[in-house]
Amino acid sequence: MHGIPISYFLILSAILFSLGVIGVIIRRNVIIVFMSIELMLNAVNLTFVAFSNHLNNIEGQIFVFLVMVVAAAEVAVGLGLIVAMFRLRETVHLDDIRLLKW
Amino acid sequence: MLQNILFFVFAILAVAGAVMVISFRNPVYCALSLVLTLFSLAGEYVLLLAHFIAIVHIAVYAGAIVVLFLFVIMLLNIRREERAPGSIKYMVYLGVPLGLVLLYELVSIGFREFTDVYVKATDIGTVEKIGQALFSKYVLPFEITSILLLVAMLGAIYLSKQKLEIVSK
Amino acid sequence: MEHFIWLIPLLPLGGAVINGIFGRLLKEKSGWIANLTMFVSFILSLRAFGLVRQGVTFDGNLFEWIVAGKFHAPFGVRVDQLSIIMMLIVTGVGFLIHLYSIGYMHGDPGAGRFFAYLNLFIFAMLMLVMGNNLLLLYLGWEGVGLCSYLLIGFWHEKESASKAGLKAFITNRVGDFGFAIGIFIIFSHLGTIAYSQIFAQTDVLVKAGVVTAASLLLFVGAVGKSAQFPLYVWLPDAMEGPTPVSALIHAATMVTAGVYMVARFNPLFSLSPTTMAVIVSVGTFTAIFAATMALVNKDIKRVLAYSTISQLGYMFIGVGVGAYAAGIFHLMTHAFFKALLFLGAGSVMHAMSNETNIEKMGGLYSKIKITAITFMAAWLAISGIPPFSGFFSKDEILAKAFAYHPIVWVFGTLGALLTSFYMSRLVFVTFFGKSRVEPKVEKHIHESPYVMTIPLMVLAVLAVIGGFVGVPELLGGNNGFEHFLAPVFEGAEANLHFAHVSLGLEYGLMGISVLMALGGIWLAYLMYIRETISADALANRFHRTYTLLYNKYYVDEIYFAFIINPILAFSRWLWNFVDSTVIDGIANLLGKIFILFSYIYRRVQTGYVQSYAAFLVVGVLAILAYYLLQAF
Repeated sequence: MHGIPISYFLILSAILFSLGVIGVIIRRNVIIVFMSIELMLNAVNLTFVAFSNHLNNIEGQIFVFLVMVVAAAEVAVGLGLIVAMFRLRETVHLDDIRLLKW
Repeated sequence: MLQNILFFVFAILAVAGAVMVISFRNPVYCALSLVLTLFSLAGEYVLLLAHFIAIVHIAVYAGAIVVLFLFVIMLLNIRREERAPGSIKYMVYLGVPLGLVLLYELVSIGFREFTDVYVKATDIGTVEKIGQALFSKYVLPFEITSILLLVAMLGAIYLSKQKLEIVSK
Repeated sequence: MEHFIWLIPLLPLGGAVINGIFGRLLKEKSGWIANLTMFVSFILSLRAFGLVRQGVTFDGNLFEWIVAGKFHAPFGVRVDQLSIIMMLIVTGVGFLIHLYSIGYMHGDPGAGRFFAYLNLFIFAMLMLVMGNNLLLLYLGWEGVGLCSYLLIGFWHEKESASKAGLKAFITNRVGDFGFAIGIFIIFSHLGTIAYSQIFAQTDVLVKAGVVTAASLLLFVGAVGKSAQFPLYVWLPDAMEGPTPVSALIHAATMVTAGVYMVARFNPLFSLSPTTMAVIVSVGTFTAIFAATMALVNKDIKRVLAYSTISQLGYMFIGVGVGAYAAGIFHLMTHAFFKALLFLGAGSVMHAMSNETNIEKMGGLYSKIKITAITFMAAWLAISGIPPFSGFFSKDEILAKAFAYHPIVWVFGTLGALLTSFYMSRLVFVTFFGKSRVEPKVEKHIHESPYVMTIPLMVLAVLAVIGGFVGVPELLGGNNGFEHFLAPVFEGAEANLHFAHVSLGLEYGLMGISVLMALGGIWLAYLMYIRETISADALANRFHRTYTLLYNKYYVDEIYFAFIINPILAFSRWLWNFVDSTVIDGIANLLGKIFILFSYIYRRVQTGYVQSYAAFLVVGVLAILAYYLLQAF
């Protein structure tokens, strides 16, 4: 009776991370880009937890805890930014927000 | 045996949810797909014997963050996303291959190193153990995160505020 | 001698530096500094002369100047009988001319610059005659050329003066080019440029068969520097410069550098009869050629310029036939009387408010007596009237020329006739006869100040008695000059063979040349004082010859048409086509390539955040790939 190989978790995490990256590059709606970023963060969390089990080390899970806190804070501020930008531009589509190229 | 099956169930659900997040045009559908993914991941955490993390994951992410997302989507009244104009729609042809290459690279690492290691029985995922660690060894990061949250709150308030009119009475 | 010998060239250099830096402040006081350095150098040269007379010579180095692999060029001097004569002439006559310049340049705003250049010239000339290796000779050679350019074009606001300076420099460069190649040949075969080593190894050059080539090329340099045909064209134009410059540089010193060089390299030249023959031919031709142009010229300074070219021809005849001592003797006496003639001409111009056309002069004798008398002393000397100095030196050359080949003597004597004629013409038209002076100029005629007349007087004395150091045995003298210089020319004597001329023949030749000189004077007297023969009638009868001579055989025009203008046209083509089109085109092409690239790279800046994110991912992929491949 063996159990689940750790590598399965890592592969799952890799798939989720890649999907997140694709989402960031492809989607035009900034909220959905944000969600893709959350997806990436979650994939990384999964990796951390998998390793914490493998190495029998609690630090991995502590770190995941902290990552979640930070993710929450980041979402709060980020959405605040999006709201402010929406007020200014009346749009949430990234290709209309091109200030970086003057 | 049961664990393996459960793993694959949760895994497929998670991946399906992720694919839906990046595919749907309607942002509300995307948010809901994200919830699906998050729940599946919580199941995975349980399979890794990280119970505390699993619960906190659901409470924070699905309970707070996704709700926040939905709030903002409703507030800003975001409609369906139209087809990208001009040359930007070809970003798909750039992004998907990039992502696939990334996947390949990450997977080759995964397959190489850890093929014979299995999930072990351990008690470090329990509430007691995490509580002990958080309040003894990692109390400083713990407290700092509270400050972090305070700052984030301030930031969010300031950014989304309307202009105040000071009415002198 | 080692201790003070270095001061002789370095003092004028110091004077040049001081006047160069402070000249504007010092203005005319700069003249005193320049004179001081000259005077001290002269005294020191006298002291060195005393030592050389006792047989003490010196060939040593102050420091190593250039050491590059096998090439070894020290800063050193050789003071022997030949160089001490040159040093005395340069510092002595140079000092007198510096003194004269104080008066001549009075009131000129550029006086400080003038004296700086003049001292610098003396330094370069001294390095030329004192240096003990070819590089120092070349340094002095170029240095005097540079100073000549600077001083000819001294009044650079005048276009004719700047052009003349440029002409002098460029014509010299043509000669210097040949000179340099000659030096290269010597160095490549002998591996050294020091005189002592070259003279000891001349047989190596003979065996290599390059003696004629090397000596001929060295002579090419002399042709440029000493204004022989065909590189003489710069000297008449050089008269644009201030008169002291003409006296010092274009009469007494710089132009004689070529003669000195041939004399110094006598071991080399005497080994190549071909080169000697070339030297004699060029000298003879130039002597006559220039004299013919002096016959009809109306500018007082230009007559003297052609005279200088002609007399230099005589000096080359002297060294060309192997009579090195005679050539140097004539160099010395020429320095005295030609400098005197130029300074005198300057004095006349000073009196005549800078008029130089002799047809506007006349009857000046009574008004500027000192100038006139000293001028006439030089006139008699250059005409070869005994017992003036010119007689002894010119006669020595003619005698040795006859021994070489009688035809040379014939031309030389013909030249003497022409010389005495045109000089007499100059004297008579300028100082005697009816006054043709314009009234407003006539009012201001005055004798020059002492600071100008004293050098004239000193030079006059030298012009008179200067020949007595070289009185030949035939006339009862001891030929002191030739014996003094003998040690320097020992090497050459072995290779030269002088035909024997009987005593009676020698007296006869001497008598004929004196008769020629007197004849020239008498002819000029008839034409310009008595006016029994009319100069104008002669000019009309030989109308075409006269025009040819007056226009200097159109040599300048020929040079312009066949040499200078084609070169200019070629240069213009190079500029327009090669430089503008080809080279600029390549440079612009490089620029255009970069602009092209930038068009492509500009696409990266889209302003679209997600594309930036995509690039980020690409970077991450690259890094991951690197680690993956490493693990394999």
